[in-house]
Amino acid sequence: MIWTNAVVQGLLLGGLYAIFACGLSLMFGVMRLVNLAHGDLGVLGAYFSIILVEHLGGNPLWTFAAVIPVAAFVGYFLQRFLLDHALNGGELSPILVTFGISIIIENLLQQTFGANDQSLNIGSLSYQSWKITSDIYVGRLNVIIFVAAVLVIVGLQFFLSKSRTGLALRATADNRRAASLSGINPKRTRAVATAIALATVAVGGLFLAMRTSFSPTSGTSDLLFAFEAVIIGGLGNLWGTLIGGLVLGVAQTIGSQINPADGILIGDLVFLAVLAFRPQGLIASRNLANR
Amino acid sequence: MTSLVNVSKSAIVTRGSRGSRVAFGIGAAVAFLLFFAPTIFGNSVTNNLTQFFILLIMAIGWNLAAGYGGMVSIGHQAFIGFASYAVLDLSIHGILAWYCVPLAIILAGLVSIPVSFLAFRLRGGYFAIGTWVIAQVFQLVIAQQSNLGGGAGASLNDLNNLNPITRDNITYWFALGLTLVALGVTGLLLRSKVGMALVAVRDEEFSAAATGVNVVRTKRLVFVLSAAICGGAGSLLILSNLEVQPDSSFSIQYSAFMIFMVLVGGIGSFEGPIIGAIIFFALQQSLASYGAWYLVILGAFAIAVTLWLPRGIWGAIDPHHRRSIVPLRYRLRASKDDLSISDRAID
Repeated sequence: MIWTNAVVQGLLLGGLYAIFACGLSLMFGVMRLVNLAHGDLGVLGAYFSIILVEHLGGNPLWTFAAVIPVAAFVGYFLQRFLLDHALNGGELSPILVTFGISIIIENLLQQTFGANDQSLNIGSLSYQSWKITSDIYVGRLNVIIFVAAVLVIVGLQFFLSKSRTGLALRATADNRRAASLSGINPKRTRAVATAIALATVAVGGLFLAMRTSFSPTSGTSDLLFAFEAVIIGGLGNLWGTLIGGLVLGVAQTIGSQINPADGILIGDLVFLAVLAFRPQGLIASRNLANR
Repeated sequence: MTSLVNVSKSAIVTRGSRGSRVAFGIGAAVAFLLFFAPTIFGNSVTNNLTQFFILLIMAIGWNLAAGYGGMVSIGHQAFIGFASYAVLDLSIHGILAWYCVPLAIILAGLVSIPVSFLAFRLRGGYFAIGTWVIAQVFQLVIAQQSNLGGGAGASLNDLNNLNPITRDNITYWFALGLTLVALGVTGLLLRSKVGMALVAVRDEEFSAAATGVNVVRTKRLVFVLSAAICGGAGSLLILSNLEVQPDSSFSIQYSAFMIFMVLVGGIGSFEGPIIGAIIFFALQQSLASYGAWYLVILGAFAIAVTLWLPRGIWGAIDPHHRRSIVPLRYRLRASKDDLSISDRAID
């Protein structure tokens, strides 16, 4: 029974990783940019929420309404004023610039808030749970996060496949030049992609902060988990990213069940195994733009 | 380019220039003088120089992979930490710590071979994070080895019976020696046929493959050499700190430092890491009291250099590759009776 429980908890945890991963995947798809500051930007959102609650009070849940639009706004202009320049500078420069952003965010947070762990106090929601069987309880917050993850992925998928902007994003992912020849503004499209990516990672950051404690350096592990989810699931495929997140979550909880210190390591090993034996990911994409 | 093809028969193709020979001479003289640093400057300067050489070795190693191989790794701390722990492990097994250094370097090179097979499945930014994950695996695995101190770390007790000053001096000579070896190996590699293949791969992988370069093998060779060089830095770190701890031995900060040094100095140039290490070392000494702000400044500086000075300081000093200590590029030089041809390098 403890194994069933580990799988259930792992699936719920995996939802959170999928939220982190989808933005990373989207930005890579649209502009071949791997944002190494992705996790740190999520953590930045969590600290923003802490400040809001400190000054305005209330349950941190309301801060979603403030943090998400701000994150999207930041993403839009981050792309316009910094990342676009990095993309013009050749293959290496986006990696180096986003790594620089990551270092700046982590150390600014450390300087401002100290290195101590923080958490968002959401009251009774943090410990309430539903009983599934006599041995398996699922935290309400964890279920909410999981549902939110599925909604984010479904919403994103729907947006990409149905809306005009989504079409522009897919077209740009498919062939940047052809897209701009047919009247799509590449700068705006890239900025929209980054805005969406930051909005989703802010959701992830806030949920993470409600679920566990976090610190200025938490962004690193969030980035690595998000990346592992993307690769396990398969590049260029949002459903794959969701599956990848779930697989990673289950691997980590089962690993922790074997030995509490082993959770992350088992997750890493599953990732390396996928990389070695199925580099196209568990769900291979038929079409890179089909996301 | 086309105009250069039709020059007079008296044009000469060379690699070196007067500037490069002067630069090499100065470099050799400085290296010779540095051997006497412990007797000239005393202990504290010697220890600072050791720290500087460790940084320089890291920068040389990282530049080899990123600047020449086009592989931006954020996981080279795996090889740094691995070599530190290899020295510890070998010394526990009865090998004198000094002899562990070359062994640890070889082991770091060997362990990078399987790593390369995994990491090479990824490209660009995903390669960067992939190496990062692999470094995390190294750290997590080492942290579970109770004979190596587990998560708490361990001390290197092998050298305790030595006079501290003697120990520091020997470590210094090791650091200086390894720096020269790293520079020499890099220079010779780049001047060899492999070096030309590398530059071709870095500039345009598909064209390089089309002209018969074995891209993957060339990249793997560079990756392994770069890992071994970073392993040299790691084995020196444990000699100078006399202790290791998984969180600090495998710290991501090493990657940040390497990236900063190479970017600022000039990525993909022989001299870049040297200049970058000097600047970084000076910054580290003067900004260390500012705590985390110092890393914030470092990050901002790295972004600014990437965007506005992509070839770093050396690229600005020597845009036409005339003064290189190790001339790597062939150039066409006009003879006296054909002064209309400028003395420009052919990249």
